[in-house]
Amino acid sequence: MDRNQSHRQVATMKQSLFDQGYLDHEQFNQLEELQDDANPNFVEEVVTLYYRDSARLVHSIEQALEKSPIDFNKLDSYMHQFRGSSSSIGAKKVKAECSLFREYCRAGNGEGCMRTFQQVKKEYTALRKKLETFFQLARQAGPVDRARRPK
Amino acid sequence: MNPSNGKGSVSTSSRVSWKSNEAAPVADQFPVGLRVMVVDDDPTCLMILEKMLRTCKYEVKRCSRAEEALSILRGNSNGYDIVISDVHMPDMDGFKLLEHVGLEMDLPVIMMSADDSKSVVMKGVTHGACDYLIKPVRIEALKNIWQHVVRKRKNEWKEVDQQSGSADDGQQPKYSEDGDYSSSVNEGNWRNSKRRKDDDEDGEDRDDTSTLKKPRVVWSVELHQQFVGAVNQLGIDKAVPKKILELMNVPGLTRENVASHLQKYRLYLRRLSGVSPHQNNLGNSFMNPQDPGYGPLSTLNGIDLQTLAATGQLPAQSLATLQAAGLGRAVVAAKSRIPIPVVDQRNLFSFENPKLSFGDTQQPPQHLNNGGTQINMLHGIPTNMQPKQLVNLQHQGNSLPTVQNVQSVQSGSLLMQMTDQPPLRGQQPMGNYNSISQSSPMMNLSSSYPLSNIQAKSGFPEDLTSEMKGSTPGFMPSYDIFNELNHQQKSHDWELQNVGLTFNATQQANNSIDVLGTSIAASHHSGFSSSSQGSGLTRNASTVHANNNNNAISVGQHRMNVNNFYPDNNSVRVKLEPPLFPEQFGQDDLMSALLRQQQGQGGIGPAENDFDFDGYSIDNIPV
Repeated sequence: MDRNQSHRQVATMKQSLFDQGYLDHEQFNQLEELQDDANPNFVEEVVTLYYRDSARLVHSIEQALEKSPIDFNKLDSYMHQFRGSSSSIGAKKVKAECSLFREYCRAGNGEGCMRTFQQVKKEYTALRKKLETFFQLARQAGPVDRARRPK
Repeated sequence: MNPSNGKGSVSTSSRVSWKSNEAAPVADQFPVGLRVMVVDDDPTCLMILEKMLRTCKYEVKRCSRAEEALSILRGNSNGYDIVISDVHMPDMDGFKLLEHVGLEMDLPVIMMSADDSKSVVMKGVTHGACDYLIKPVRIEALKNIWQHVVRKRKNEWKEVDQQSGSADDGQQPKYSEDGDYSSSVNEGNWRNSKRRKDDDEDGEDRDDTSTLKKPRVVWSVELHQQFVGAVNQLGIDKAVPKKILELMNVPGLTRENVASHLQKYRLYLRRLSGVSPHQNNLGNSFMNPQDPGYGPLSTLNGIDLQTLAATGQLPAQSLATLQAAGLGRAVVAAKSRIPIPVVDQRNLFSFENPKLSFGDTQQPPQHLNNGGTQINMLHGIPTNMQPKQLVNLQHQGNSLPTVQNVQSVQSGSLLMQMTDQPPLRGQQPMGNYNSISQSSPMMNLSSSYPLSNIQAKSGFPEDLTSEMKGSTPGFMPSYDIFNELNHQQKSHDWELQNVGLTFNATQQANNSIDVLGTSIAASHHSGFSSSSQGSGLTRNASTVHANNNNNAISVGQHRMNVNNFYPDNNSVRVKLEPPLFPEQFGQDDLMSALLRQQQGQGGIGPAENDFDFDGYSIDNIPV
């Protein structure tokens, strides 16, 4: 029961993340499907990797935004990478902000870029917090038992 | 042949070690154990992809850098079945990697990107990617990638078949047999000559027919050096696969191997020598040509093509396919991504018929039988030749004045093809083209047959060559033709006819293939037609170079017609396997054309240079 409860909690939280648009349920489910006995924490590992790797991208973008004049091509390139990464973990809101950013970038709108980037970071950080909570819950609940018989 | 036999009889020779995967014999459990190399600079994506692929029961090797991937692939030539690569990478452009892999290892390559814009996808097609995945990639998309491996092998076999059928090897057109023969010979001997340290482990599956694994000849540095040496020794105009093979004296290497490699090499040279800013030039150069009319032509053509495409005559897809097919496997797209051969074609056209302004007022609307159908013009273009390649070549090599059309690289190819045609029409017995083109806008290329197949087989029967020569001058070797055309501009001996025949590859849209098929079919094995057709459609857009070369050879005489036809400019590197009879056409012609071009172009520099090993796109080949 505890386990079930925990699992339910996890499921509920996950659903709310989907509903609130933080995560793309299709993509996130894909990741979860990859999780198996050999890699029981696969999703968490991927997300951790994402945050680690994208941190430097965020940093690069910030630096590029501070330059004058702004190199929009470079910015666009960074953002393209960042967006791709984010979409691979299903970070929906982050991805949306990234797309918006790229539009400003293409238009050569430095102001717009900066503003949007603040939004990107905001979503990025918010998602991280949520996911941290989520993974904590998930670890506590134990692996989702598909094959094992629930006790 | 049954797989077991195939495996056992030929491949099992000790030296030939193709062994099936150790984990599980590929033949039995294919696609389990498919060996995939995945390249992506994004570690998150890489991790996810690797996991997905493993879930599909593939064997995965991941690389975050293209250079690393390339060196691994080079060191282990037969160690992988397929490569998946991201488009945007910091150290090397994904398309460049695609080129290298296609050229050196001839593996199917799948591109992927978060970018799903049509232009990039088109680029993938033209560069010879066998598929394009949009990120985030779903596991379902990965489950089916084995089809590309199968398809490629199948095409290769077909080529081999055809080649053998063409009495080149005197083998029966049986896959297994060819496979065995070529594989064992190639693999075994070739391996030895390559001095691979681990013969055994790289042994690909021996090619059982069922496994569809054809032994792949990996052009190692030493081997390539030998090849270049032989070519130089023979002289460009005399460097025919047969002679090269003799000179190289590498046991196990077949004429087909040499022929297809020669094609790629030619493309490569072309790119080296002629890299001119196509896009810009196209427009300008076009104008230059003899005829002021060109200017409008290009526009017209361009427009026409687009229109044509729009009207569905030239389904973009098919065009792409065609182009791809036409280009054959030569992965190498024009170096500078020549805006597509279209330019070349234009040159052709412009060259030939300055008057022919496509659909222009200037010239009598001889072109295209139908005023509006630019496409028809394309038909004239030799189907074999991968129009794209040709175009590319042209661009590169010569600044064909006409070529300028390239404006739309993307659609350019389409356009190119289209545009070129018109010019042809006016001059030559457009009739050929017209009729052909009309028949079916899309080349009859059977999509199933990538031109690539054709490519492999360079062993076209000699008679075909002659036929081609006579009837289809249009068959232009990808590079040479273009160059020649440029030179020739003045000389109108541009036989449009030829053009149509040979280029069908790219022309696809235009039915050029039909032309080709029609004319050649008779003499040439039917396989040719189909292959040319197929090549057009094949996904493996290999650079036109490959095919073009072959075609070019014969066409060389006719010159350039072919090149111009293929507007492949959009860096369409369609991997069209060389048209059925690349060899036939007289490598000499191609070579001479190439040489001439180069020399004539000036940009190319002395012919010798072309063969300079250094110039070769294989970066790691030390001179």
